[in-house]
Amino acid sequence: MRRDRMTLGLIFMLPLVQLLLFGYAIQTEVKHIPTVVFDQSLSVESRDLLDAFGASGYFDMTYAASSYTEVNQMIDSGAAKVGIIFPPDFARVIQRGESGQVQVIVDASDNMVANQAMAVANSIGLLQSQKVLLQSKQFKGPPYDIRVRPWYNPDGITAFYMVPAILGIIVTMTMVIMTSMGIVRERERGTLEQLIVTPIKSYELMIGKIVPYIALGYLQITVALLVGVLIFHVPIRGSLLELYLLTLFFITASLGLGILISNIAKSQMQAFQMSFFVMLPSILLSGFMFPREAMPKVIYYLSTIIPLTYYLDIIRGIVLKGIGFPYLVGQVVSLLVFSVVLLTLSILKFKKKIA
Amino acid sequence: MIKTENLGKSFGPVVAVDEVSIHVPGGAIYGLVGPDGAGKTTLMRMICGLIVPDRGRVLLTAPTAGLEQRPAGSVLGYMPQRFGLYGDLTVMENINFFGALYKIKRSTIKERADELLDMTGLLPFKNRLADNLSGGMKQKLALTCALVTRPGLLVLDEPTYGVDPGFRKDFWRILYRLNKEGMTIMVSTPYMDEAELCSKVAFMDKGRVVAADSPAKLKSSFPYRVLEVRVDTRRPGLFNDLPQVVDAAFYGDKFRVVVEDVPAARQAMEQRMAASGLAGELRCSEVSPTMEDVFIALAEKEVV
Repeated sequence: MRRDRMTLGLIFMLPLVQLLLFGYAIQTEVKHIPTVVFDQSLSVESRDLLDAFGASGYFDMTYAASSYTEVNQMIDSGAAKVGIIFPPDFARVIQRGESGQVQVIVDASDNMVANQAMAVANSIGLLQSQKVLLQSKQFKGPPYDIRVRPWYNPDGITAFYMVPAILGIIVTMTMVIMTSMGIVRERERGTLEQLIVTPIKSYELMIGKIVPYIALGYLQITVALLVGVLIFHVPIRGSLLELYLLTLFFITASLGLGILISNIAKSQMQAFQMSFFVMLPSILLSGFMFPREAMPKVIYYLSTIIPLTYYLDIIRGIVLKGIGFPYLVGQVVSLLVFSVVLLTLSILKFKKKIA
Repeated sequence: MIKTENLGKSFGPVVAVDEVSIHVPGGAIYGLVGPDGAGKTTLMRMICGLIVPDRGRVLLTAPTAGLEQRPAGSVLGYMPQRFGLYGDLTVMENINFFGALYKIKRSTIKERADELLDMTGLLPFKNRLADNLSGGMKQKLALTCALVTRPGLLVLDEPTYGVDPGFRKDFWRILYRLNKEGMTIMVSTPYMDEAELCSKVAFMDKGRVVAADSPAKLKSSFPYRVLEVRVDTRRPGLFNDLPQVVDAAFYGDKFRVVVEDVPAARQAMEQRMAASGLAGELRCSEVSPTMEDVFIALAEKEVV
């Protein structure tokens, strides 16, 4: 161990880096939830309530929509996680002393954000109602009637949003760990020495190390989806074909990461440690366990260099939201960039030499 | 076939190969001998392009007619010191795999494999996993894989290290046959008896080639004479510290003594016997030097 600096470094650096990182990163309280507002009332009453939402710190009024369709799109695409809709007669109803209904749509494909948003929205409604009631007592009911609609997972079933995400974790974990052994195992066993004298090209070797695992990745996803559907009754609202096609980019990105590790590591042991080092951020920062919206800016940007971050958008999007490729272009392009960069680095890093 | 010019490679402060200029003529069996750590493996790896030299260069030529028809890269066959094949593939799968890497047609591979496996005696083990082969058979399989491309030049790094004598004999018989068919062979070995079998031998020590010639010439240029001495004693170090003796080795019933001047050494040995109170007479006969004597002398000359 004393001679193996890499292992020693990893053993001390791993807890240090990860503790600092995750200690700061992991916040279960989500603030600044991107919110879209469709205010048909455009009145003092609606603005008062919106101000209360904004002042809570939990909702950022990022977008103003002018139609229901726009609200739908915003939430479908994931640009906004919450939609607040005021009916046209909101002000008039309240002036009459009746309860003014406000619709609050919450993207429940992300459970933690959804639960929080719903709780906060309800309490803001109660609080503001009390304030209004203190000033004038002529109301028959509470002035603000907040109607929360959790979309995509109305019953808040944990399995619905966890199963697709776990599938992503499983795939990336097995893909990275398996391919990370690929080159380094040949190096350790001495087969690489024999292989290098053959006319095989670096890129041929890399591709050869990757292609079989693509098939394996698909097999894994199929099994995991079957379990999800048959045992956990997860609905697949989008197109299965689309899910399979877009998954390819995630698999290649994971394999690229693994093969790069394999080119850097000096032993299988090191490769395993490095895989572990990249897996933990994938689990903790990708939005699988903790909402990314709650992370400090630096860490939020860090999470954008994790392939799983994008795949979670894709798989939760297709499975729970039923959205398709047009909403996921950004994610797909990101994964494609990952794949290309990681594979190119691997090919460049791999020299057909042993010293 | 192979020419190296002032080839050098260092690993950190250690100079593994130093200013090596050798010439391996086509059709030769070129032996590379030397103690462990002399730089044999590094030199061979540089010749095969596995290691980039720090200094100097390697020139590989394919002078033999017909070689240009081979696909690029198949000119050289390399068999590393460590078994470098896939243990979880069978004998035949390994051969197919390496053949395929050279883009050789499946039918051609099969044809050649049958012939090679017959030659190496591996035919009955065709479908056995490489991991389940004995050490010697693994070496034969490695050789078969290196040969499936019909290379004009075969580089073998200690192919007979750690296998039994019967197998070694077998292996050399195969190398001779290949050589007779026109293959140039470069082979490193820790065994001096194998060095005798080469058409040319280079001695390596501390990264340098200290001598390179045919075994006969190397032996004739041996600067000392070798005596076989029989004495009734069990003291192996009896003659070691005599100034007239260059080297003395004890073989149970006899000493093998390397000397510069025979009469002077004989006298000194007789005096030593008398001084040690040993009775009997010094029976002494001169024998011709072996490669081992040459090797030890060269290695010692380097020390001084």
